[in-house]
Amino acid sequence: MSDNRTVFGAKLLPYFLLFPQLAVTAIFFLWPAGQAVWQSFLRQDAFGLKTLFVGLANYRALFQDPDYLNSLQVTLVFAISVTVLSLGVALILALAVDRMIRSATVYTTLLVWPYAVAPAIAGIMWWFMFNPSIGLFPYMLAMVGYHWDHSLKAGDAMILVVIAAAWKQISYNFLFFVAGLQAIPASLREAAAIDGAGPVKRFWSITLPMLSPTTFFLMVVNVVYAMFDTFAVIHATTQGGPAQATDILVYKVYDDGFIGHNLGSSAAQSVVLMAIVIVLTVAQFRWVERRVQY
Amino acid sequence: MVENRPWLNILAHAVLIAGVLVVAFPVYIAFIASTHGPNDFMSGLIPLWPGSHMVANYSTILSTGISTSGAPPMKLMLWNSFVMAMMIAVGKIAISILSAFAIVYFRFPGRMIAFWMIFITLMLPVEVRIFPTFKVVADLGMLNSYAGLSIPLIASATATFLFRQVFMTIPTELMEAARIDGAGPMKFFRDILIPLSRTNMAALFVILFIYGWNQYLWPLLVTTDSSYQTVVTGIKRMADVADAEPQWNFVMTAVVLAMLPPVAVVIFMQRLFVKGLVETEK
Repeated sequence: MSDNRTVFGAKLLPYFLLFPQLAVTAIFFLWPAGQAVWQSFLRQDAFGLKTLFVGLANYRALFQDPDYLNSLQVTLVFAISVTVLSLGVALILALAVDRMIRSATVYTTLLVWPYAVAPAIAGIMWWFMFNPSIGLFPYMLAMVGYHWDHSLKAGDAMILVVIAAAWKQISYNFLFFVAGLQAIPASLREAAAIDGAGPVKRFWSITLPMLSPTTFFLMVVNVVYAMFDTFAVIHATTQGGPAQATDILVYKVYDDGFIGHNLGSSAAQSVVLMAIVIVLTVAQFRWVERRVQY
Repeated sequence: MVENRPWLNILAHAVLIAGVLVVAFPVYIAFIASTHGPNDFMSGLIPLWPGSHMVANYSTILSTGISTSGAPPMKLMLWNSFVMAMMIAVGKIAISILSAFAIVYFRFPGRMIAFWMIFITLMLPVEVRIFPTFKVVADLGMLNSYAGLSIPLIASATATFLFRQVFMTIPTELMEAARIDGAGPMKFFRDILIPLSRTNMAALFVILFIYGWNQYLWPLLVTTDSSYQTVVTGIKRMADVADAEPQWNFVMTAVVLAMLPPVAVVIFMQRLFVKGLVETEK
């Protein structure tokens, strides 16, 4: 920011230029966020008539609430599963495309379009395919003796939302992995090949370490995606059920605040989520700095 | 490719073909379901081959919608989504390019504060401030309006940083020359900065259009009147029937229609899409 470029001398113009952005930021971002923080210290009685300042009581209640602890655990399992599944599949596909010379663009086109599918729609499509009475996969699973029912079995519901959320994210990870692979100098791999390293050995000792910045970046992005952008997947399919088996944090905030009208608790949950986003954003920016250096 | 290993090439092709099939399969099933009549979903297995109700399904959904779920005709919802996506994409680009211009080409008190205010929006997605934001919009009387659907989402740190990055790479000599020739700041902005950042704007537009089109939580909150409903939230309502199976043929018809515009944008503007995706993540 502290460069010596020449600048225009106008005094008022920059404020006019910034006004729309700052107005939207202040009214729809900063003020509500401040409200959420403030509300997290208050408690309303059941009729909304009296509001009391209760300090950290909402937070204390939150971390003693078994439902919230369950939600934390569900979110952890969900975020890790989505990240591992979509990164793994994307990496395999990217490695395969990296070998292609003429057909690479065709395969890329055929693999990237799910990025454009809304998470809610991805959820509904998989929900349809896993429909317990007429869906294709329950039909196939029944042939091997497994009775699939995501409306009753916690594990089935989790698998469903993980697949739907990961499916949509593969294309994004794939594009970044392909770019990362192309940035690895061919001379490194050639030198290793001349020294007698086979494809598997080259993957573990050259490709994977050289991809680690990309992988780290994608891990952060995928965790953010799984924690925040998948609200729609959950809301459109399992709605947090059965028995809160898929009740991820963002869904719970919405459910407690908007449906349950438990404002103090919902606000405290919002503040916890903000803290998580801040940590993840900082991690992401650290990555950018590191990459710029080398 | 370092050395020629035929079996590895075959394996790579096999992996990719399997990948393409897995990725496309749900959409294939959705499309097939959209070509069948309601009776094909009563029992047994969902159909795997095209049926004969395609034209009937699509015309019903587009012109009248499903009356039982209270959803408006699909063409209205598609229009709402289009308006919302356009307003979000254009709005974000417009206010961000102006702020980036102010931050790069002017020195004024409060510049760093403005910069950090914009930066902080990165850390405040709708999901973490749902209720208070809803309340602000309700108090401003913006529920059930296009303004309410789009304006609260148009602040953008990512877009501002992107334009800032672009402006920093434009040589200062250009600006000095413009000043010597007597051009004021706005003329410089219009005649030099905008033309020079045109491809960045286009790439950003592709990403933001998809972002806007696929919004879910926000439209869900601010539209109680079904005539402002967007496709993505509308489908959820169609699929959500109490105590009965949804009308799958219509739901899947709506799914295909809702997917079509953003997917077409990605496929036909793939170069801009990839550019936008990579740039916005910096």
